[in-house]
Amino acid sequence: MNGLRIGAGGRAGLGAVGLLLLLAIWQASVQFHLVPPGLLPAPTELWAAFVSEVSGGFWVQAIKDSLVHYVAGLLIGSVLGAGAGLVCASVPLVDALTGGIVRLLRPIPGLAWVPFAILWFGLNNVGATFVIAISVFWINFYAAYGAVKSVDQELYEVAAAFGHRGFLARLHYVTLPAAMPGLLAGLRTGLGQGWMSVVAAELFGVPGVGARMMQASSLLATDIVVVYMITMAGLYALTDFLFGLVRDRLLRWQG
Amino acid sequence: MSDMTSLVRVQDAGLSHDGGKNFIFRHVDLDIEEGQFVAVLGPSGVGKSTLLRVIMGLIAPTEGTTTLSTAREQTGSRRSALVFQDARLMPWRTVRGNVELGLEGLGLSRSERRQRAEEALELVKLSAEATRWPRQLSGGQRQRVGVARALTVNPDLLLMDEPFGALDAITRKSLQTELLAIWQKTKKTVLFVTHDIDEALLLADRIIVLAGKPASVRGDLRVGQRPRDPSSPGLRALAGRLRSLIAGEEDPGNTPYWQAAEI
Repeated sequence: MNGLRIGAGGRAGLGAVGLLLLLAIWQASVQFHLVPPGLLPAPTELWAAFVSEVSGGFWVQAIKDSLVHYVAGLLIGSVLGAGAGLVCASVPLVDALTGGIVRLLRPIPGLAWVPFAILWFGLNNVGATFVIAISVFWINFYAAYGAVKSVDQELYEVAAAFGHRGFLARLHYVTLPAAMPGLLAGLRTGLGQGWMSVVAAELFGVPGVGARMMQASSLLATDIVVVYMITMAGLYALTDFLFGLVRDRLLRWQG
Repeated sequence: MSDMTSLVRVQDAGLSHDGGKNFIFRHVDLDIEEGQFVAVLGPSGVGKSTLLRVIMGLIAPTEGTTTLSTAREQTGSRRSALVFQDARLMPWRTVRGNVELGLEGLGLSRSERRQRAEEALELVKLSAEATRWPRQLSGGQRQRVGVARALTVNPDLLLMDEPFGALDAITRKSLQTELLAIWQKTKKTVLFVTHDIDEALLLADRIIVLAGKPASVRGDLRVGQRPRDPSSPGLRALAGRLRSLIAGEEDPGNTPYWQAAEI
C-alpha cells in the first residue's frame, strides 16, 4: 500500500535490488519461453512502447486528463470525508443520526456508482470526479472518525483549564492538532485509493490513463498496458513521496 | 480569619455523579485567604482533585456554592490556573507553545505572549528548552513547563493537583524547593493537593485534611515558621496527628472540623 517510500539508505538499496531481481526473472522467463509467447511482454520491449506512446503525444495527454479528475476527486472526497468524520465523531447527535446511513452506504464500492455517475453527470470529468471522490470519501471519513474518537480526553480539560471552552475552541486547541496524525494517514491512503479509482472511473470512456489502458488491452497491446501500469505506479509513488514531505513537516512533534 | 480577604469561599459544597445517591464529598466549607499556601491533604481517591476542579469552575457542584472573588480582573491574566499531576502538555506544541496556551485568547500580541512565556520559562529555569518538543523532556522538566504554563497567565489562584506525585524523590525535592522560592517571589495564593504528609508540612501555611466517604473536611491546621525542618519534633508530632486524621481514627465528632493552634 505504501509503494516506493524513500526511507533509510539500506532499505531503499534493498528495495532496488528486489526490483532488479523481479525484472531479471521476468525478462528471463519471457526470453527462455518459460511463459507461452504473447501472454507477457518482455521488459526490454516496454521501452519501445513507452517511446511510441510519448512521441505520439498520448502519454502526456492521458496523464493530464487523469490528473484533472484525480486531483478534483481527491480534494472533494478528502475534504468532505474528513469533515463528515470529524463532525460525526465530535457531535453525538449527528453520530447517532447518521449511524444507519453510514452502515448502508459504506460497503458500496466506488465502481458501483459508475452507472449513476454516467446518468447524473455524463461520460466526462465530472462523472469521473464523482466516482473518485466517493471512494476517497469513506477512507477519510473513517480515518477522521477514528482519529477524533481516540483524542486524549484529558487534553480537553487542559484546554478548558486555560480558558479554551466551547466547540470551536476545543476543535482548534485540541481536536484538530491531536487528530492530525490520523487525518493525514487517511489522506495518504486516499492518495493511493484515488489512483485505483481513476481506472474504474475511466473504464467507460472518460479519457485518461485508465481509458488508454483499456483501449490498449482491447487490442491485446500488453506492452502498452504495462507502460500505463508502471506510469500509474510512478505517479502514485511521486504523489506519496510529496505528501510524505508535507506530513513529516506537519508532524515534526512526533519525532 | 473572617476579617481577612478571602479569595476562595466554598459553602456547604457537595458533588454527586448519580443525582444525589452517592456523594464524592459533601458539606465542605472552606475559606482561603489571599497569599496563603494551602495544602489539601487526604488519602488517594478521596476526591481532592475533584474538589480542586469544582473550585476552579471546571465542574459544577451538586450542592452548595463555590466562589472565586477576584477584585482585580486584569487584562492579560486569568483568575485561576491549574498544574496537573502528569504535566499534560500538548505534544504538538513546543515548550514555549505550551506555556503560551493560556495566554492565547487574552488579547495579547504575538510578541507579548512570547515575552511572557520566556519570563515564565526563566522562572522555572527552562529558557534553554523553549523550542524543544515535550517528548524530548524529562518528567521533571515537563512538570516545570506545566508550572510555567500556569504561572504565565498571572492567576489570582494557582491550583496544583499532586504536581510532584509522579516524580522521583530527588526531582521532587528540588521542585518543591523551587516552588517555595517562586511562591515567595510571586506571592500567589496556592491551593496544593497532595497525599504526602511531609510534602504538605514542608510547603503549606495551612493544611486542610479531606477524608471520609463521602469526604469532608476533617482537619484544618496552620503551620508556622519557615524555613522548616520536617524532622523537627514539633512537625513530627503534627505529622502523627495528620496521619490519624487521614485514617479517620480521630473522629471529628460533632464539630464539622478540627482546628489546631498555630505551632
